[in-house]
Amino acid sequence: MLRYSFRRLLGAIPTLLILMTLAFFMMRMAPGGPFDTEKSLPPEIQANLDKKYHLDEPLIQQYGRYLLDVVRGDFGPSFQYKDYSVNELIATGFPVSLRLGLSAIAIALVVGVGLGTIAALRQNSSADYTVMTLAMTGISIPNFVLAPILILVFAVYLGWLPAGGWNDGAFKNTILPIIGLALPQIAYISRLMRGSMIEVLRSNPIRTARAKGLPERVVILRHALKPALLPVVSFLGPATAAVITGSVVIEQIFGIPGLGRYFVQGALNRDYTLVMGVVVFYGILIILFNFIVDLVYAMLDPKVRYS
Amino acid sequence: MRTLLLPLLAVTILYSSSAISRPDNLAKDQTLHRGNGAEVQTLDPHKAEGVPSANILRDLYEGLTIETPDGEVIPGTAESWEISDEGKTYVFKIRKNAKWSNGDPVTAHDFVYGLRRSVDPATASKYSQILAPVLHAEDVIAGKQPVGNLGVKALDEHTLEIRLKASTPYFLGLLNHSSTYPVHKGSVEKHGGQFSRPGKLVSNGAYALQEWVVQSHIKLERNPHYWDNDDTIIDTVYYYPIEDQSTELKRYRAGEIDRTEDIPSQQIKWIKKNLADELQVAPYLGNYYFGFNLTRPPFKGNLKLRRALSMAIDRKIITEKITGIGEKPLYSWVPPGINGYEAAKFDYADWTQKQRVEEARKLYKEAGYSRANPLTVEVRYNTSENHKKLAIAVAAMWKQALGVKTRLVNEEWKVFLENRKQKQVTQVFRAGWIGDYNDPYTFMEILHSKHGLNDSAYYNPEYDALLRQASMEGDPKKRFAIMRQAEELILRDHPVMPIYSYVSSHLIKPWVGNYKPNVLDHNYTKDLYITKH
Repeated sequence: MLRYSFRRLLGAIPTLLILMTLAFFMMRMAPGGPFDTEKSLPPEIQANLDKKYHLDEPLIQQYGRYLLDVVRGDFGPSFQYKDYSVNELIATGFPVSLRLGLSAIAIALVVGVGLGTIAALRQNSSADYTVMTLAMTGISIPNFVLAPILILVFAVYLGWLPAGGWNDGAFKNTILPIIGLALPQIAYISRLMRGSMIEVLRSNPIRTARAKGLPERVVILRHALKPALLPVVSFLGPATAAVITGSVVIEQIFGIPGLGRYFVQGALNRDYTLVMGVVVFYGILIILFNFIVDLVYAMLDPKVRYS
Repeated sequence: MRTLLLPLLAVTILYSSSAISRPDNLAKDQTLHRGNGAEVQTLDPHKAEGVPSANILRDLYEGLTIETPDGEVIPGTAESWEISDEGKTYVFKIRKNAKWSNGDPVTAHDFVYGLRRSVDPATASKYSQILAPVLHAEDVIAGKQPVGNLGVKALDEHTLEIRLKASTPYFLGLLNHSSTYPVHKGSVEKHGGQFSRPGKLVSNGAYALQEWVVQSHIKLERNPHYWDNDDTIIDTVYYYPIEDQSTELKRYRAGEIDRTEDIPSQQIKWIKKNLADELQVAPYLGNYYFGFNLTRPPFKGNLKLRRALSMAIDRKIITEKITGIGEKPLYSWVPPGINGYEAAKFDYADWTQKQRVEEARKLYKEAGYSRANPLTVEVRYNTSENHKKLAIAVAAMWKQALGVKTRLVNEEWKVFLENRKQKQVTQVFRAGWIGDYNDPYTFMEILHSKHGLNDSAYYNPEYDALLRQASMEGDPKKRFAIMRQAEELILRDHPVMPIYSYVSSHLIKPWVGNYKPNVLDHNYTKDLYITKH
């Protein structure tokens, strides 16, 4: 197990290196530079800026400098937000995204698994149809439609919750964004859960358990739930990474200082260092979460063992 | 006699205080919540650019001059000044009671330090060009002269001398731009690039930086050492970065912000119906135009075609049906709103649209096109719903009036700018410019053959010569007359098609007092107050 973990983590290094290299050169290939504005700068001023940020060096030298800095854990200064370094921006944005993302995924997991199980147990009943219709709706309505509706209803009309802003992470400011993040995930998870639960309930071990005369509650909770969770767990890895790296849409609409906005704004502003920093950080997170999921998988499924 | 007197003539200007009268029904909690567009890039006044940082810096810092709520330039940290040497030497008296937010006095040396830092190549400021009128500034920026040679000098603690290259009648108006602000030498030297952080930033304006949570808010608190602190009413101001205008509107409706930075134009009808009393729309010193690429066919050397296309645009329909907030059709290059300047106009400005279309058809034919042999043209714009709507409308007008086939191309902002500058693929492109200061020159210089925004590649030696002449002319009246002459050349040569002049539009809660719109859309929080509500 330990050796497996070590091998996996070691294998992540070339992946990250490829990711960094691709991102670095793709970013530079995009037309326009970080300091371009509508009015082109006088050549002297452009030269001053390029010198300050080492953009006057040959590209390969800049690449080498960047790799060395990253190895030292330094993502460099942001070109756009001149008063901050990329490390600082990630350090302030990530805890926000992490808190929202983990809360959303936790809610999605509990509610999604619950709804999915109920639907599976009452297959083809009205409860099943209701849950599945809701899930379908949840999947189909994009965030940028859902979030404004939530704001209109709960903030503008009812006045119960703030319409946006972070307010240093006050609980009531997090409710709507978490719901906005969680709803589509609830929809996915409940559908996944329903499907896999139905399949498990028809399997031989469950039939045996029922034949032994175990009460239905025990059959479901002790014997059916664990194997039925497997597809959900493999979905959770990328989903968690996606949710906690920040939803640009949710962050934009609620004015939340998370990581997702930096990524998009960094790309639009050609803020090379910020985009690179976020890409590398995302890369590490996704690798990490997939790894965790694999470990959890091994715990849940007796057929999977790592050695 | 007159000739003898003129060089000695010194102008002393003194103004009364800009104090606002204090109303009786003030709210107990004097806190203002402002929406502020994009996240600010920096609070270092010499590196700042863009409206969001300018808004905040105007509260944090104070230049030699400031503006009244109406936009009139009045003394700021300088209480008075003398202009001599035919408008080329300015001597400012710095207020004796001007203080930094840590209690240190603001001196002439602070201004010398700030102005030098602003043009120092090591600062790599993008906006240092604002200081170009100052003697040797351009050479210093280019690294050809040491920073010490900049034409600024502290004659004593409270007297600052600035020498200019040539008389610059709008110079006082430049002195409220952030690139001319003083910075606190001690803290800049101590904290380096981090001096603009909360807890470190020392400022000389009415407010001091309290909190800055990137992408969440910036909180400013009253600077108790500010010289005009007694007349400042609002204690605390929050700036929220909210880029999406619909989001901003919702937060405004939920009562979280008192003043929006903008309004969502697609919801203008709803706003006019439901929030009419809170909507503030005012002319804004900016022009929205389409440029022609004059380096390539079909527009190179084809004045008739350019004129025809411009005439076929029904600007009234565009401003009434497409933009709809209150923008005005623009038939000149310089938008309205500059004191004392009457812009030149297209010869067809006062025609009916029917007459214009008739003339356009004639010109189109003379340029060698017809319904059977139509022009195919590309209109390029940066991706945005509003630009798209406008481009579609223009394309429809051209098709209807002349039979032109238009292809619309939208591009992401930086790609778009790159293409515009390269002048290889562009034909007709969208552009716009918001004046940096209240003077026609801020628009005229754009079409100078060497200017960085002249993406049309307009080159008329006569025009360049007139601009040069204008920048040397000390007499404001004559200067405006020269610029009007230059503007007439633009309108004759048609390198661009001005379409409309901008408006600023904000929603402002009824309890925000003393808010007045002005053409540069500069609002100082210190001039406002909150009434009971």
